[in-house]
Amino acid sequence: MFTYTLRRLILAIPTLLFISLIIFLLLDLAPGDPTAQMPLTIPPEVKAKIRESLGLGEPIHVRYLLWLKQFVVAEPLYMVDHYLGTNFADGMQRVISWQTRSPVGDIIVQRMPQTLWVVGMSYVVGIAIALPIGILSAYRQYSVFDQVGTFVTMIGYSVPPFFSGVLVIVIFSVQLGWFPSIYDTTHEVTDWQSFLYQLRQMIMPVMVLALQTTAQISRFMRASMLDNLGQDYARTARAKGMSEATVVLVHVLRNSMIPVVTVIALGVPLIFGGAIITEQIFKVNGLGQLLITAIYANDIPMVQTITFIFAVLIVLFNLIADVLYGVLDPRIRYD
Amino acid sequence: MPDGAVPVLDVRDLKTVFLTRSGEVHAVNSVSFDLSPGELLGVVGESGSGKSVTMMSLIGLLPSPPAQVRGGSAIFDGADLLKIPEKQLRRIRGPRIGFVFQDPMTSLNPVFDVGFQIMEPLRKHMGMNKTQARRRAQELLELVGIPDAGRRLNDFPHQFSGGMRQRVMIAIALACDPDVLIADEPTTALDVTIQAQILDLMKRLRDQLGMAVIWITHDLGVIAGIADRVIVMYGGQVVEQAPVKELFGNPQHPYTRALLETVPSVTGDRAPRLRVIEGQPPILSATPAACSFRARCGHAFGRCYVENPQRMPAGSGHDVACFWDPATGEPRDV
Repeated sequence: MFTYTLRRLILAIPTLLFISLIIFLLLDLAPGDPTAQMPLTIPPEVKAKIRESLGLGEPIHVRYLLWLKQFVVAEPLYMVDHYLGTNFADGMQRVISWQTRSPVGDIIVQRMPQTLWVVGMSYVVGIAIALPIGILSAYRQYSVFDQVGTFVTMIGYSVPPFFSGVLVIVIFSVQLGWFPSIYDTTHEVTDWQSFLYQLRQMIMPVMVLALQTTAQISRFMRASMLDNLGQDYARTARAKGMSEATVVLVHVLRNSMIPVVTVIALGVPLIFGGAIITEQIFKVNGLGQLLITAIYANDIPMVQTITFIFAVLIVLFNLIADVLYGVLDPRIRYD
Repeated sequence: MPDGAVPVLDVRDLKTVFLTRSGEVHAVNSVSFDLSPGELLGVVGESGSGKSVTMMSLIGLLPSPPAQVRGGSAIFDGADLLKIPEKQLRRIRGPRIGFVFQDPMTSLNPVFDVGFQIMEPLRKHMGMNKTQARRRAQELLELVGIPDAGRRLNDFPHQFSGGMRQRVMIAIALACDPDVLIADEPTTALDVTIQAQILDLMKRLRDQLGMAVIWITHDLGVIAGIADRVIVMYGGQVVEQAPVKELFGNPQHPYTRALLETVPSVTGDRAPRLRVIEGQPPILSATPAACSFRARCGHAFGRCYVENPQRMPAGSGHDVACFWDPATGEPRDV
C-alpha cells in the first residue's frame, strides 16, 4: 500500500505539470487586458509600461516558467518562513495579484477560513444527515419515511442554490428576521454571545449547501445499502443470531460504506473550490467569491493559482479515495 | 423415529405464503416432520419444491414481507419457534440451530476476517471474551480440517478456496455446539471432489458431536450416502417420508420413483438419453385442492384431480401422499 501511494504521488507530478500548463495556455488565450478597467485618462504609453511591469512583455514560456517557479518554490518557502520565522525565501519574487498588488498566497490564506467554515461545515452537516437517512430509507424501502426522503432528495437535487438561497433569505431574514442575510466576515468569536451570532449567520448558507450534499450522499448511501441488504452474508449474520442492529450497522454498513466513502472523498476538493454562487448570495468572501472577482478583473495570476490549487486538491483526493478503497475493502490491495 | 426418542424438532402443519404483486404464492403447504436427536434427515426435491423455504421459515430467516408464515408449529426444546418473540428466537437461531448455506462464495462477509466471523456468535451467545473466543475459533477451524488454523483466522474470505470457505461456514454453524444443524445444499456450489470431502467431514462431525442434521439437497446420490431418513418434497408438501434404505428400495410416490429414474446409472447399459420428468413444478396461488403432481404424473386418475392426497402409512416408518399404489398398480383403498 505504501509503495502504491508513493508511486501514485510521483505519477501525480507530470499530471499536475500538464494541468498547470493547460490552465496557463487557456488563460493566455482568453481575451482581456489587466489595464482595461483603468481610467481612460491614462495615456497608452503609460498603460503599455504598466503591462510591461506586470511581466506581460515576456514570451509565453518565460512567463509560464516564472509562474511555476514562484508557485512551486517561492510560495512554499514563504509559507515556511512565516510559520518558523526562518528566512529561506530571501526576498524571492512571489505570485503577485494584478488587482491588489499583494501576494496571491496571502489573499488565499485570508479567504480560506470563511470558505472552510461555511462550505466545509455544510459538507459535514450534509453527510451527517445523509448517512442515517440513506441507511434507514434502504432498510425500510418504500416505507413512508423512504418516500418522503426520496421526495425531499429530489427537491435537493433539482432546486439550484441561487433559488433556495434567495428563498431562505426571503423567509428567514426578511419575513421572520431570525438570521442575518449577510455573512459578516469580520465577526470574531470571543464569547458565548458572539459564538451564537456566528452560528446564526452560518445557518442559512450551511442549510442551502447541505441540502445539496444530503440529497446526493443519501441517494448513494441508500442504493449501496440496498445492494448489500439482500446479500447472502447478511442472511448468514442473521442465522448466527445477531441482532438486527448488528446485521445492518456492522455487516451491511461496512460493505455499503466502500463506494460512499469514495464519493465523499472525491467531493472534498469541491469544498475548497468554495460555493461560488452561494458565497455570492450570502456575501461570504471566501475562495469562490475571490475567484469570481479575479476573473472579472482579469487578474490572471490569481485565477491561475486558485484554479491550479483546485487541480492539486482533486488529484490528491482521487488518490486518497483510491487508498481508502483499499483500506476498507480487503479484496483490493494494490501491492 | 427410533423408538421412544423425544424429537429434538417437531414441525406440524407449517404453512408459508409469499405475498407478491401478482397475488399469493403458497410455497409451503402443511409440512410436518420430526427430527430425532443425532439423526441425519435428508430433504430432497427439485428447485422450487419448498425445501429451503420450509427450513428458513422455521427459524425466521425469510424476509417478511414478502414471506408470511401462516400457521403450524415448530416445537424445539419446548418452545414454538413460530410463536416466540424475535429476541428469544435469536438465542436459538445460531447457538442452538446452526445453518450452512448453499453458496460459500457469497455467504461470508467479504470485509471481515474469518476469525471475527467465527468469534462473533461465540462472544454474543457464549459470553466469551476475546481470548477465549479466539482459542475456540482456532479449535473450530481445526475441527473442520483447515490447516494452520491459528494463522488463517486473520485471513479474509477471498483468501480461501470454495471448499475451504464452506468449511469456515460449517465452523461458524458449529461454533456454539448446536443441537440441530440445517445444511441447505451445502455441496451444490462445490466441485465433485470437494463435495466428497465436505460430505465426509459432515458425517465425521455428526458422529463426533452427536447433533441432528437436516440436509437439504436435490442430489439423490448424496442422500443415499449420508442420510438416515429422507423426506421428499413436491409443491410445498411432503409427498413421501421413509428411512433411506426403504425409500431407495421401495419408493411409493410416482414423483420419488421418477426422481430415482432420472439418476443416470454408472454400471450396465447406458440409457440413450437422460431421463427427465417432463414439465415444471407448479406455482401455487392457493392451498392445493388436488394433487399438485397430477399434471406430470403417469398414473393420475379421477380422484387426483379433485382431492389433495394426505400422507398415509405405507410400511414401517414409511408414509406417502398418493392415491396410487405401485404394488398393485391400482388406486389405494383409502
